[in-house]
Amino acid sequence: MHNYLIKRLLSTVPVLIGISLLLFFMLRMLPGDPAQVLAGQMATPQEIENIRHQLGLDRPIYEQYAVYMSHLVRLDLGRSARTQNPVIDEIWARLPNTLLLTVVAITLACLFGIPAGIISAVRPYSWIDYLVTISALFGMSMPVFWLGLMLVVVFAVILQWLPAGGTGSWQHVILPSVTLASFVVAFIARMTRSTMLETLSQDFTTTARSKGLTEKVVIVKHALKNALIPIITVVGLQFGFLLGGAVLTETVFAWPGLGRLLYDSISARDYPMIQGTILIFGLLYIFVNLVVDLIYAFVDPRIRYD
Amino acid sequence: MLSWTRESAMTEIKEDNVCRTGEWVPENRLSRSWAKLKRNKAALVGGVLLLAYVLSAFFAPLLFPGNPSAPNLINSLETPTLKEPLGTDELGRSILGRIIYGSRISLLIAVGVVSVGIILGIPLGLVSGYYGGKIDFAIQRVTDTMLAFPGFLLALALVAVLGVGLKNTVISIGISMVPMYIRLVRGCVLSVREEDYVEAARAVGTRDLIILVRHILPNVMVPITVQTSLSMGMAILFAAGLGFLGIGVQPPTPEWGTMLGSARSYLFHAPHVATFPGIAIFLAVLSFNLLGDGLRDALDPRFKI
Repeated sequence: MHNYLIKRLLSTVPVLIGISLLLFFMLRMLPGDPAQVLAGQMATPQEIENIRHQLGLDRPIYEQYAVYMSHLVRLDLGRSARTQNPVIDEIWARLPNTLLLTVVAITLACLFGIPAGIISAVRPYSWIDYLVTISALFGMSMPVFWLGLMLVVVFAVILQWLPAGGTGSWQHVILPSVTLASFVVAFIARMTRSTMLETLSQDFTTTARSKGLTEKVVIVKHALKNALIPIITVVGLQFGFLLGGAVLTETVFAWPGLGRLLYDSISARDYPMIQGTILIFGLLYIFVNLVVDLIYAFVDPRIRYD
Repeated sequence: MLSWTRESAMTEIKEDNVCRTGEWVPENRLSRSWAKLKRNKAALVGGVLLLAYVLSAFFAPLLFPGNPSAPNLINSLETPTLKEPLGTDELGRSILGRIIYGSRISLLIAVGVVSVGIILGIPLGLVSGYYGGKIDFAIQRVTDTMLAFPGFLLALALVAVLGVGLKNTVISIGISMVPMYIRLVRGCVLSVREEDYVEAARAVGTRDLIILVRHILPNVMVPITVQTSLSMGMAILFAAGLGFLGIGVQPPTPEWGTMLGSARSYLFHAPHVATFPGIAIFLAVLSFNLLGDGLRDALDPRFKI
């Protein structure tokens, strides 16, 4: 298990270096002077000069990268060109909101998606299977931001049951998290259905049935248990969609999270903030996939001895 | 000599491998797949929907005479009537007219995006899988890095660098799809490159480029076809998302996502302005998803994405 853990951790190093290179060159690909870009439109010549000196922009490119990396590993992401606050402070302030939204959304998606997929697989080609399959396709084809707008129209404007946006109470979490979960729940239901269909037709399921086990035990203890790995994979990968969807959902519901921060920064051409939020999104995604891989090793002993 | 290699390849096709159901599929299997696709009601619905969009894109000037972007402030934010079946937007423009013209933009984006994905992704995937070694390592590390960002975020980051507009929307989303194509093609290449017919072609001195294009590429066509249908739907969703955020296609171009973005301000007074462009996006994406699912079932039911 330790070897596996170390191997898996080391495999993230090239990706982390890749991300740092990507962000490093992102700024340098922009037309104009990087110091001017980082300082923002309103900066004084003195401020631009300070940034140039601080980041070593007057030195050769490899030295610039070294300076950049030394800042990065200390999580010093510079100052926002818009608010002049340290980028990392603004990110820390917003991160909990995005995590709350994504965790609630993924929980909702699992709570509805997995049982829907199981029911659908247990009764293939029944009306309930068709209902689940069609709803899943609809969910995957629907733009999340449009669903968000429609939910606002129905629940905030017409029925006036829930707030249209903002944050502060548990009611504020409902509409954004349902919106965000819509795509993922569809994907999870589809994946659960197809994996369960496969495990339900395997020999060990037939054996379990012929032993005289109840259908419930066969489905939960035998079929579902073996279907878990692909389901966990999908949940992990869908986390990425959630992060992308968070930008749109947070914008619709004026939710003060990282996605909204990224959107505001792109609109204001606040490049230090854009770099910072994209970095954190990338790190979050890598972290979640790392956790997913460790869960595999925990669930399936074959993996850790591979 | 080439025909001999192809002949020998026929005998090598194994039924259980998805990557080997390309060019060398016997005729009757292709027609069987076509028959299966036609029988698939969901795929049929997808096909008809897509056809409707293609026709409306093609005949837009006939369906809606006049300029869909010309403001007519006297009629702003009108609810649907007989004359204006879907109502008008904040500038008094016909929402139906803008949705019809919007299908041109969205289909253009869908085709443009997968073209970028295919043009960059297929050669890189082929080279990466076929040659292996250092070049494979380099391509795969770049792919890993790009895949470390969820697709939509990668497109957002690229837009932040490239700037807004139709062309940059296509390039950004297209590039964000490249790693997926690389992975798909590379995986298939790995599974066929040690096959006897590839070995035989190499032994008789066929050039690498010809081996890649004539012997390996056809094996990748099935997964690519399915992926392309699904990617087109995804491209429309992504582009609409960028448009909605105001960093995609710019007004007054009638792009569905951009229309939704400006409709947001009138959500409380005129919800119909936000309703219909969303339905247009939803049905377009649905058509590609239905078609993609149908293609996958028809070409190879075991193939899952």
